[in-house]
Amino acid sequence: MTPDLLEEGSKRREAYLAKQAASQTAGTSGGQSASYGRVVSAADEVDVVHGGILYVDDITVSFDGFRALNKLTLNIAVGELRCIIGPNGAGKTTMMDVITGKTKPDSGRAFFGSNIDLLRLRESEIASRGVGRKFQKPTVFEQLSVFENLELALKMDRRVRASLMHKLTSADFDRIAEMLKLIHLRDSGSRTAGDLSHGQKQWLEIGMLLMQDPKLLLLDEPVAGMTDEETERTAELFLSLEGSHSLVVVEHDMKFIGELVNGGQREKKKIVTVLHEGSVLAEGALADVQANERVVEVYLGR
Amino acid sequence: MNTTTLPSSPIASIAPPVPSLLTLRGKVVVAAVLAILVVIIPVLNVMVPATSAFHMSDYAVSLLGKIMCYAICALAMDLIWGYTGILSLGHGLFFALGGYAMGMYLMRQIGRDGVYHSDLPDFMVFLDWKTAPWTWAGSESFIFQMILVVAVPGLLAFIFGYFAFRSRIKGVYFSIITQALTFAAMLLFFRNETGFGGNNGFTDFKRILGIPTATSSMRVTLCVLTGLVLLGFYLMSKAIIASKYGRVLQAIRDAEGRVLFTGYNTLWYKLSIWTLSAMMCGVAGALYVPQVGIINPGEMSPAASIEIAIWTAVGGRATLIGPIIGAFFVTGAKSWFTVAFPEYWLYFLGALFIAVTLFLPQGIVGLVRKLAAKGGVK
Amino acid sequence: MLRRITLYGLLLFAWLFAVSTASALSPESAKAIAVGDNDDRIKALSAALVTPDDNLSNLVEALLADTAKVAGDQVLIVTDGKAVIAATGAEAPLPAVVEDVVNNNRMRQALEGAKAAFGLFSDSVRVRNNAITELRESADESKLPLIDRALAKETDASLKAKLEQLRAAMLIASSDKQKRLDAIVALTASAQPSVKSLLQERMKAGVETDPEVRAALTTAIKTVEDRLAWGERLGVVFTGLSLGSILFLVALGLAITYGLMGVINMAHGELLMIGAYATYLVQNVFRKFMPGAFDYYIIAAIPLSFLAAALVGAILERTVIRWLYGRPLETLLATWGISLMLIQLVRTFFGAQNVPVENPSWLSGGVQVLPNLTLPFNRIAIIFFAFFVLAGVSLLISKTRLGLFVRGVTQNRSMAACMGVNTAKIDTYAFALGAGIAGLAGCALSQVGNVGPDLGQGYIVDSFMVVVLGGVGQLAGTVYAGLGLGVLNKFLEGWTGAVLAKIIVLVFIVVFIQRRPQGIFALKGRSAEA
Repeated sequence: MTPDLLEEGSKRREAYLAKQAASQTAGTSGGQSASYGRVVSAADEVDVVHGGILYVDDITVSFDGFRALNKLTLNIAVGELRCIIGPNGAGKTTMMDVITGKTKPDSGRAFFGSNIDLLRLRESEIASRGVGRKFQKPTVFEQLSVFENLELALKMDRRVRASLMHKLTSADFDRIAEMLKLIHLRDSGSRTAGDLSHGQKQWLEIGMLLMQDPKLLLLDEPVAGMTDEETERTAELFLSLEGSHSLVVVEHDMKFIGELVNGGQREKKKIVTVLHEGSVLAEGALADVQANERVVEVYLGR
Repeated sequence: MNTTTLPSSPIASIAPPVPSLLTLRGKVVVAAVLAILVVIIPVLNVMVPATSAFHMSDYAVSLLGKIMCYAICALAMDLIWGYTGILSLGHGLFFALGGYAMGMYLMRQIGRDGVYHSDLPDFMVFLDWKTAPWTWAGSESFIFQMILVVAVPGLLAFIFGYFAFRSRIKGVYFSIITQALTFAAMLLFFRNETGFGGNNGFTDFKRILGIPTATSSMRVTLCVLTGLVLLGFYLMSKAIIASKYGRVLQAIRDAEGRVLFTGYNTLWYKLSIWTLSAMMCGVAGALYVPQVGIINPGEMSPAASIEIAIWTAVGGRATLIGPIIGAFFVTGAKSWFTVAFPEYWLYFLGALFIAVTLFLPQGIVGLVRKLAAKGGVK
Repeated sequence: MLRRITLYGLLLFAWLFAVSTASALSPESAKAIAVGDNDDRIKALSAALVTPDDNLSNLVEALLADTAKVAGDQVLIVTDGKAVIAATGAEAPLPAVVEDVVNNNRMRQALEGAKAAFGLFSDSVRVRNNAITELRESADESKLPLIDRALAKETDASLKAKLEQLRAAMLIASSDKQKRLDAIVALTASAQPSVKSLLQERMKAGVETDPEVRAALTTAIKTVEDRLAWGERLGVVFTGLSLGSILFLVALGLAITYGLMGVINMAHGELLMIGAYATYLVQNVFRKFMPGAFDYYIIAAIPLSFLAAALVGAILERTVIRWLYGRPLETLLATWGISLMLIQLVRTFFGAQNVPVENPSWLSGGVQVLPNLTLPFNRIAIIFFAFFVLAGVSLLISKTRLGLFVRGVTQNRSMAACMGVNTAKIDTYAFALGAGIAGLAGCALSQVGNVGPDLGQGYIVDSFMVVVLGGVGQLAGTVYAGLGLGVLNKFLEGWTGAVLAKIIVLVFIVVFIQRRPQGIFALKGRSAEA
């Protein structure tokens, strides 16, 4: 790494920690954030000392000879909001599958922070380490109520015995209520999730993701099927998460990408990554990427 | 189980009321069922003279006991299929294993009263065996065999389930493999060398815990015991479904991928409910054998297992009362048909399979609810 | 029965032909054979057999048929109230008093052996062959002169070799050690299961005591076993192939309905049954109205069993399965219900008993490849039929318009619909095709097994295993899995017995699915996950 990058990384990290500390002190009795300076050593706690939340290195995945990912390398910094675009079949969903443990790659490495090897863990372990994923198709528990959907996503012991004995505390209630408000489903808590509209389901899924309090959010086409207004509100929500969370957004909707890139903390230049045939075709500011000849060629054809 | 500490903040109102395990009405119903089981049935059978219109015949008592055993199976099936979305076509195997564990004890209880007046069960004498095989080691002990009743189905389910769920076998694949499992077990038990009586299985039981089985009072006792076990399992299932664990199960049914990515290791959830369900079937089998007086490998046939699924479907999946109603309805219909129109029973059963899947996905309970809702609108 | 009659006929012919030859059977020896202590009678019979002639042959026949009578010193053969002097064959007046000859079992056996020996001198190669085979069962030294005579006369090379062997089999019990050793050497050249048991018989404790001969026996047994092993192995491969081709024929229909369309059809076995019953009906029609063409009923039965099952399949698809697409577990239950109804329907119309389906004559019998390996024609035909059907189906799927539509609809339903394909119709056709292939399989099954209402039940677990093992959406996988499972099953049966073999195969599949949940030829990737 160059000194420049190192410096930038450490700046980002500081900003991230500061923001996290701020958000934590708001809800707790304080003192819990005092340890942010220590080197994280617990094996299941993500270590972001080096400023990166996700390192994907030289990943190759092939299905029956077809290379879905071809030596893909991608690094996401702490607190970053990264947009990933690419034509159909570029490998976006497969990339998410690899990161979340659904697909094991043929070669390469993937680390969460600098200490958690994603390729050694199962989906549920990766999720509880702090990687949240939203599917392309909204996936909620159709026959449970909206409230129960969020309750299941609530951060807590995920083991069988714990959930047999579990009872909601008033703090849990408050947290779910806040989330309902945030995702604009305040009055729909007792509705069956299957009855929600498509856009509402998308929101509910985002809400469930946030209930897990993930450090990294992977969002696969989060605004597909949303109205313009809903899309705008989603962009706002994501921008408000920026900094305290790291986000990777895969999207086709260039208008939405534009909103994400140009909104929020303007002082930072947001990077957009273009995937093509399983590897990174271009990476940089949105305007640069859009001007890139090869990108134009891929998108528009010769 | 009541959550009394609802927060006072106004937003708490968005939360659905946390259901307590039993409402007042529920408590009354449970008390009534208890009363019927423990008081009315024995009185009607033993005390009321046979000439009275209110007399409950021995046949009726053992039929009721038998159907309640089936209802336990249907309830177990509901937990794994209705709530967790995993259709097992091998639950008959667990039922039969429980039955065989009980049957072994009952065979030992025959003592020297068998045809050959030997210490060994008759079929072993017939096969010219000098000693019982190792599988019969603890069969003289009631306690030991009762442990086997739950342990054998439970262990088999655990091992099978662990490998199946770990490699993410699901949906129809899982169903077909469970069917193959029970089919293989049936072939195994058909063999005389397996040591469980071959295709005749176990029969001609004489007594249980030293008490003759062919008496009225024994029949009533077993029937009442079955009823109590059914009630107990029902309440246990209710508690399970009401817990967060139960909601995770339903979430697995709706979208297992989401549950995984929410951080739950679904393997242990599925495995625990699968094993519990198998053990419930084992208990049902153990209660069934002394009441019916026979256990043979036919109980492991794929058809027997698939019938359990149809009880659950007919009554109504993902409701706890549904499977019990379904078991009563289907086996009741079977008892009637096989006497009145034996030719038509398979037509009826087949049509029932088709009708329920096509027109009544929620079963009888769903139909009643729909009708009630319609009546309410009017 | 027929063979017997020809045998007698030929014997009679031989007798007529040879009537002029010098008579060797003296009246004394005829009497010695007919009357006296059993040991002496057998001795006399053996002695007479050294110079066999037609009179002796007739006497043996008569003794066996209880038509030989004794009157004073004469042995007479009495048929239809006429008497013939056994020793000369000349007619004689029937005396007033004749004695019956009583033969116990031992005597009868000796007579049967003698009777067989006469076959050795028949003009027909087949009769001679049969006689050798029969004599092999009762080989003892007493018939040695007979064999020697036959050997001297024999012209057919293969029969000569067989006679040599027969001679050896007789000599092996000789009291002369060198003769025994020679016999063992001669027998080593054989590949007959009976020779093996003969050699093993000699190895039993107390039968052969000479260590040198025992050592020779041991090596001989091993050599013969090695030779026999080939036949056994080939037999296993063949029965395995046969079972495999049946399994894969059964599973091929499933590969279309389940593999391509994703429909779990638990009534698939009953579609087999319908095919088999259609064959049964066609057979009955031919027998009744066209008995002359009975041998060709199968040619009419093949298309008709296809059509019958396809029709039932189309009706099922239109009435039930159509409404359950995308709900595999429900489909499973509903089709199970259908299977129950179909079984009961057949029971109502045809009864619960199995019905007889006869092979056409050109499918019965078999070809003998090795002494201990005969391949039945009906099984050979099924193997070819299976590959023929496979070729037809793959052509249909890959080359025709219907196949194109089926592939299109199964891969992307909405896209196919957009392009003007009537998807509902294609579903029905595809399902009917799968059902029809099941009907063909049922027609094939009717030629090798019982036809009854439960016919399908026995195959459903197996055939689903084949599809699961082969991988969904794969015709090639189905073929390999079907053949593989068939051969594996038969190999295991060889050393564990049928039931355990089946259990082991099922366990193997369960374990295999653990390792490769998508089957042997799985499609990997995102599409497979959905």
